[in-house]
Amino acid sequence: MDAELIQMLALKVTYAIVMVSVVMSIAGYTVLAERKVCAWMQGRVGPNRTVLPFVAAIPFIGPFLRNLGIFQPLADGLKFLFKEEIVPGHVNKFYYYLSPIVALVPALTTMTVLPFGEFTNAEGLTTTLVLANVDLGILFVFAISSLGVYGIVLAGWSSNSKYPFLGGIRSSAQMISYELVMGLSVLPVFLWVNAPGMTGSGLSLVSIVNSQEDAAWLVLVQPLSAFLFLVALFAETNRLPFDMPESETDLVGGFHTEYGSFKFGIFFVAEYAHVVIGSAIFTTLFLGGWHFLPWVADPWAPGLIGSLLGVGWFLAKTFCLIFFFIWVRWTLPRFRYDQVMKLGWAKLLPLALVNLIFYVILVTYLDQAAAS
Amino acid sequence: MIKTVVIERKPLSLSERTYLPQIASGLKTTLSNLFKKKVTLQYPEQRPSIPRGYRGVPTLVKDPNGREKCVSCQLCEFVCPSKAIRITPGDIPEDDEEQSHVEKAPKEFEIDMLRCIYCGYCEEVCPEEAIFLQEDYSLSGYSREELVNDKEKLYEMGGTLPDKHFKWDKKKTEEEQGNAH
Repeated sequence: MDAELIQMLALKVTYAIVMVSVVMSIAGYTVLAERKVCAWMQGRVGPNRTVLPFVAAIPFIGPFLRNLGIFQPLADGLKFLFKEEIVPGHVNKFYYYLSPIVALVPALTTMTVLPFGEFTNAEGLTTTLVLANVDLGILFVFAISSLGVYGIVLAGWSSNSKYPFLGGIRSSAQMISYELVMGLSVLPVFLWVNAPGMTGSGLSLVSIVNSQEDAAWLVLVQPLSAFLFLVALFAETNRLPFDMPESETDLVGGFHTEYGSFKFGIFFVAEYAHVVIGSAIFTTLFLGGWHFLPWVADPWAPGLIGSLLGVGWFLAKTFCLIFFFIWVRWTLPRFRYDQVMKLGWAKLLPLALVNLIFYVILVTYLDQAAAS
Repeated sequence: MIKTVVIERKPLSLSERTYLPQIASGLKTTLSNLFKKKVTLQYPEQRPSIPRGYRGVPTLVKDPNGREKCVSCQLCEFVCPSKAIRITPGDIPEDDEEQSHVEKAPKEFEIDMLRCIYCGYCEEVCPEEAIFLQEDYSLSGYSREELVNDKEKLYEMGGTLPDKHFKWDKKKTEEEQGNAH
């Protein structure tokens, strides 16, 4: 192998490791945010005891960080790691061990095609910050993220116990129902973005972000698509009001009832990684990605600083969306299973179809008008 | 006969059937809660204020002269519904000039805090006002034996409470005047 290839591989691997660790730590802190926001909404203060000894000694900052619970995810992670590893005797060992991995891997794989910023060098050459700029970006995301349900179904099945089994069944039914809505809701977006005669890749996430630069965000152009996508995203990430697989009030812990210690921890992180990635994808599709505001050009200059600001802006939008996920969770009760199915098939699916047909007609009309 | 009136439930309007206005108002409520004052009491550092008449740990008290008030009548032992109290009656030793020959006193007085249900019957039944349920409420120990409070511990926790009777003084003067009963 020549040196250039090795160098490129090393660079990509480094990028990948950095990105995985960033997303994992965001997922960890999303857990903290969930606990804090939930506590605040219920009039409590949330985790405020965990602190590292040397940080506690710093005046003002130490107590502040402690009250914010900054070190809580660390303690949680260690707890999962050092807990006794219990494997119930009635499980199918192979699939029992496999399912947490199957749940986590798709959640982390989708981030490869996720663009999160751009860097313009001195010559004005723009590079998008993304691990792999795949032409079929959104299709790749859908294909991989829907594999995540296998983790849950496998966990429910291999546990060989009734509550996980019910959780697994519910989750597979729900995922299939809402996947349709999700796919149908983004089709009009790509119809809208891809002008006829465009040679570039139509389904790339990078091109869809760049189409929102200095122009309207797609959430303003297609509010219904954005809404449908958001609802489907709630269902796909198993968040309330659609947390069928877990439903801790009627299914004990749902699919992960029989799991403990770090295997449960992996499920937990996978769930939050799905939330983080889902929020990031919504940001890229509908909220303009790293571009500033609708109809406003990016105020930051090209270069390293501008690139960092862009990434920060992208993260800020994502965090707002994660907050929205948490906020909704602690506001709404859960739908009953049949209500979820009814909502998915009888309400959202027809709505998504009508939305698609409307935009097909509209885009065709606009094209004809432009051509003539 | 009461006439039953069937109230027709109004059908949901279109906006209600989409759930969205209700969800929005719910989100508003939770968001306003986010900024409200928190009600959490940071327990070990902050303690709740104990109301009057609180039934905490049962203790034995002494009168303002530092004498034992308990005369080991064993009424509390008898009334205790969970049989947490065990008393061994005894005399006050002869060599105690101040207190001997006046009253009896318990030789052993044990309250098993693992059995105690904090009902307060012992305090209620005590004719000498010697046993009180005081403010302490959090007990912990590493063994069962540790949680059996003996006489010494009970007096240590009880301390001295104000007393309006001074029964001992009265008895002493009566004895000195020669009309002891």
